[in-house]
Amino acid sequence: MSAVLRAQGLGKRYKQRWALQNCDLDVPAGRVVGLVGPNGAGKSTLLKLASGMLTPTAGTIEVCGGRPAAGVEQLAKVGFVAQDTPTYSGLSVADHLDFGKRLNPNWDDAVARDRIRRLGLDPEQRAGRLSGGQRAQLALTLGIAKRPELLILDEPVAALDPLARREFMQDLMEAVAEHELSVVLSSHLVSDVERTCDYLIVLVDSRVQVAGDIDDLVACHHRLTGPRRDPDTLPAGQHVITASHTDRQTTLLVRTGTAVHDPSWTVSPLGLEDVVLAYMTRPADAVRDTRPALEVLR
Amino acid sequence: MIWLTWRQFRTQAAVVFAAVAVLAAVLAVTGPQLADLHRTAGSGLVDRVSGSDQSLYYTGLLVVLAVPAVIGMFWGAPLISRELETGTHYLAWNQGVTRTRWLATKLGLGAAASMTAAGLTSLAVSWWSSPIDRAVNGGGATDTYFPRLDPVAFAARGVVPMAHAAFAFVLGVALGLVLRRTLPAMATTFALYVAVQLVVPLWIRSHLAAPDRTTVPIEPDGAPISVQDEAGQIIAHLDDVPGAWVTSQQTLNAAGQPAPVPSSFPDCLRTESGPPTLQQFEGCIADLGALGYKQQVTYQPAGNFWALQWAETGLYLGLALALTGFCAWWIRRRVT
Repeated sequence: MSAVLRAQGLGKRYKQRWALQNCDLDVPAGRVVGLVGPNGAGKSTLLKLASGMLTPTAGTIEVCGGRPAAGVEQLAKVGFVAQDTPTYSGLSVADHLDFGKRLNPNWDDAVARDRIRRLGLDPEQRAGRLSGGQRAQLALTLGIAKRPELLILDEPVAALDPLARREFMQDLMEAVAEHELSVVLSSHLVSDVERTCDYLIVLVDSRVQVAGDIDDLVACHHRLTGPRRDPDTLPAGQHVITASHTDRQTTLLVRTGTAVHDPSWTVSPLGLEDVVLAYMTRPADAVRDTRPALEVLR
Repeated sequence: MIWLTWRQFRTQAAVVFAAVAVLAAVLAVTGPQLADLHRTAGSGLVDRVSGSDQSLYYTGLLVVLAVPAVIGMFWGAPLISRELETGTHYLAWNQGVTRTRWLATKLGLGAAASMTAAGLTSLAVSWWSSPIDRAVNGGGATDTYFPRLDPVAFAARGVVPMAHAAFAFVLGVALGLVLRRTLPAMATTFALYVAVQLVVPLWIRSHLAAPDRTTVPIEPDGAPISVQDEAGQIIAHLDDVPGAWVTSQQTLNAAGQPAPVPSSFPDCLRTESGPPTLQQFEGCIADLGALGYKQQVTYQPAGNFWALQWAETGLYLGLALALTGFCAWWIRRRVT
């Protein structure tokens, strides 16, 4: 399957500070990708690089087979809903649809009008008077009706209340199913991602920690509990993500492609949230020393 | 893209063009009687202009001078900075239009509108003021009204206001793009535009066309003489070259070399108290002339008006083009 997003050695530096470093990604098409990480991890930077709003300082990025925002054709392939879902506060909802229609070659006006009607938005209402949820829906409508191959959403629900958040996500998923979109969306909440995504990228401290199919990720991470022992004595195929010790007991969170046979361990399965949190709480120096961003092997 | 530009721009455009229309209407009503007055009174018109027309003369002057600054601040500066401030550039730059085309359309239409607004204002004011301008150029007194070449009036006549407006607009856009905030961009646009409008007449404009130079004798019944800096400098007034813009004055000694005014002259003018009498002044002037001193005056004659207008128009349009290139580079390379 072709890659919808491919990055090699991608990095972005703002003055002295690296917002993203050594990012290697190969995201297959047709997925709903969740990009999670704490605030300030570099999620927005990665998404802006993917949409062509930023140009990389190092490495390369390719989206839908081309350089982001390289021309009209490339722009038409990618939809981008920025953080806080900006809209023109002085323009009405209908004006926004007109705006999309006039500026996009593949604009699907029927889809746009249908969505606005279904959402119950008044076409004459100014965007500045819409609630946060309605504004997000309007921005999403613009993104979908443009009929892109890939839709990128940067923290689309961060400002929404839980109900609006759920509605927005449900609505997004319906659109994905209907239009066969690839989607990359970021969030600092695992729960947003867990319900909707099938592929996950964990970004912490400007580096990709792990990326892969969510089912695979959950399947190949385990919690090992047993008598106290040095994590370095584990077999080669088991990578320790986090380790904690009491006087007599060691608890490890490991990634491994094969089953754990050592009888001294009690092996327990992990939820997605546990896996993500493990990568997020991993001490920063452990990340810097070793080369991170290993793709999960199937 | 043109639709979007128009949709976002129409309110600001309407305000400015409505103001221009009001001014033009007032001028159109009062203009013909001023033209009639010139026909009957000739250059003597300058002493017979009514009080309200005199206010209109200065109002017109101020409006034409202000229009480019207003355009730079209220049309240019917010054009991109407001998008950057509210994040809507993420929306605009992710539609099926490249950033370069987006910028080109906005700059092109904005600059065209700016030049139209400033051009119409200048046309109306120049037309209305033309009887006064002709009277002044024909030898009318210049103590109330400016010759067209005077630095103040020059920027409010002819075609240069259009170039000023185009420059101010693109300057505002460029500063908005770099500063990314509307209010600071507006303030900086105003400050920089005013600075350029001071630098150009003070140091640059006089070099844009070949000046004329004349040497006048220093004598009581020659060209009128006045003094500056406690009589350390002499100013000769070219009353027989009406409408000229004097750009520099230089006193020459008997050998025809540039020289400072000799100290005997201020000594001669010194009094116990108060200013010297006219008789004393003329005596000192005559003494200085007898020493062989003459005054060299460099000036732009009234006939250079259009040459200077076109040269300055070219200068400002060139600056505007350079700033446009800068914007295009910056929006592709530096804006995030």
